Amino acid sequence: MPLLVPQLPKGPNYGILAEFATPADLYHACERVRDAGFTRWDAHTPFPVHGLDKAMGLRRSRLPWIVLAMGLTGAALGFALQWWVHASAYPLVISGKPFFAWPAMIPITFELGVLFAALGAVFGMLGLNRLPMHNHPLFRSKVFERVTDDAFFISIESWDPRFDPSGTGKLLESLGARNVELMESE
Amino acid sequence: MIPERDRVAVRPGEATIPPGHPWNRLPVIGAVAALVGIVACAILGAANPKQFFFSWLVSFLFFLSLALGALFYVLTQYAAQAGWGIVLRRIGETTFAMLPVMAALFLPLLLGLHDLYEWSHADAAEHDALLRWKAPYLNVPFFLIRAAIYFGSWSFMAILYYRGSSGQDVTGDPGVSARLRRFAGPAIIVLALTQTFASVDWIMSLTPHWYSTMFGVYFFAGSFVGFIALLSVVASAMRGAGLLDTVISPEHLQDIGKLLFAFTVFWAYIAFSQFFLVWYANLPEETTWYRARMEGSWMTVSIFLMAGHFVAPFFYLIGRAVKRRGATLAIGGAWLLAMHFLDLYWQVMPTLHPEGLRPSLLDVAALVAIGGCFVAAASWLMRRQALVPLRDPRLAESLAFENV
Repeated sequence: MPLLVPQLPKGPNYGILAEFATPADLYHACERVRDAGFTRWDAHTPFPVHGLDKAMGLRRSRLPWIVLAMGLTGAALGFALQWWVHASAYPLVISGKPFFAWPAMIPITFELGVLFAALGAVFGMLGLNRLPMHNHPLFRSKVFERVTDDAFFISIESWDPRFDPSGTGKLLESLGARNVELMESE
Repeated sequence: MIPERDRVAVRPGEATIPPGHPWNRLPVIGAVAALVGIVACAILGAANPKQFFFSWLVSFLFFLSLALGALFYVLTQYAAQAGWGIVLRRIGETTFAMLPVMAALFLPLLLGLHDLYEWSHADAAEHDALLRWKAPYLNVPFFLIRAAIYFGSWSFMAILYYRGSSGQDVTGDPGVSARLRRFAGPAIIVLALTQTFASVDWIMSLTPHWYSTMFGVYFFAGSFVGFIALLSVVASAMRGAGLLDTVISPEHLQDIGKLLFAFTVFWAYIAFSQFFLVWYANLPEETTWYRARMEGSWMTVSIFLMAGHFVAPFFYLIGRAVKRRGATLAIGGAWLLAMHFLDLYWQVMPTLHPEGLRPSLLDVAALVAIGGCFVAAASWLMRRQALVPLRDPRLAESLAFENV
């Protein structure tokens, strides 16, 4: 999935929304949708369903690499800043230590490394999830309101190369969906 | 919700070392190594008793710390009612069951108290105001009483938890888990106190003028890294040898790897904090210990320790794939075991050789002697019962465990 979709592609439909009765139905439907080769789709549940990421064939998140890069950047910045201040720009003798007293610089280096890594984790997560997003076409579905309560959904977006309004709907019905809805674009 | 592995139990046949398996020979191999090591210690030590006692102390502390780390690991698993690690618990139980053995291996050191500890000389205390002031704590009778208390409480906890767990294999009584969980909290407190005082008695008092209030935590950090490293090596080796290879999964290996990574960082945090405060305050009675380790070849060892006990394993273990493969995890574990040994060597040996690093054949002989006893006794115990707690109420949870 691309990092950011600035606007929804043009077309009459947003995609198809299918409701499933139980997590098990959803889990197996996800496996079939994955095996059918769809790439632009998602599953929606009221609570985490164990192993659903594998059933959907999701790749591992790139977030750890963002966190690592940010953490190393923060640590390097913290160390460089102190080196520049103490050993280069304003050399002062403090409690008889050398100008470049590296042990004294470790706590700040560590803290900045942690701070940058944490910021990288939070904002990286938001970015990869394309958040904040104030509205979503799926919210126009009345049935979809129950996604935070007791219903389980698969949505397949219309710009998926394998999407076909009637065929995809039939596929989802054959997988046990009790409610299949064609969502219109705005 | 829908576990990929639907195992809920382990058949006793899967959890024992089958007849004819190479691991059946480990007790004999260990015993032969112990014998060779002890003979070498006797021959070489007769010529250089001082070196023998210091070498023996390092190796004793190494294996003791592994057993103490194992006890802490199992106690925290009970206290937190952890489900994931049940299939690994018997490795921990077998390791801490070595604590009574370590009590026996402590005895040779009693012959060398005067060689090891400056404060044990009556005349040293007489001419030294600081030692005189510390004499109410640092004197031979109280030292022996404390050692008896340490080994007594450790052996009591080890036997209580070992018997409880192996008894549950027979009775299947889930009440055993509840009872051991209730004991775990107080037991952790007892372990923390005894382990702290033991590290002060046996390592810190080698330099009796010096003190560090962080030393107990430092010893604990090393001991826990040491045990988790051992756990990673043993769990991977078991899978490689076809033991529990369908029971211990990459999910469990990954969690061992996470603990190994986390406590490597914790060790570095504590080791640096201890150094940092001493370095910053720069008070003579605190800096002596580090000064001895920042001169000549000991400084090289210090830098190597920083790089080898923290920087290298940090970047090696940070990734996911390394932790999920037995071979790569075991490499990290074996490396950290070596670094843990070096850490203890670096804490003890500058007292004997302030002039610099002086490796001795006795270091190897003591390691082989104590390590041989440890491996022989532990592998003998492993053959006597199932390799996993067969009837622990959380076994099914552990078998189905998955990292999210």
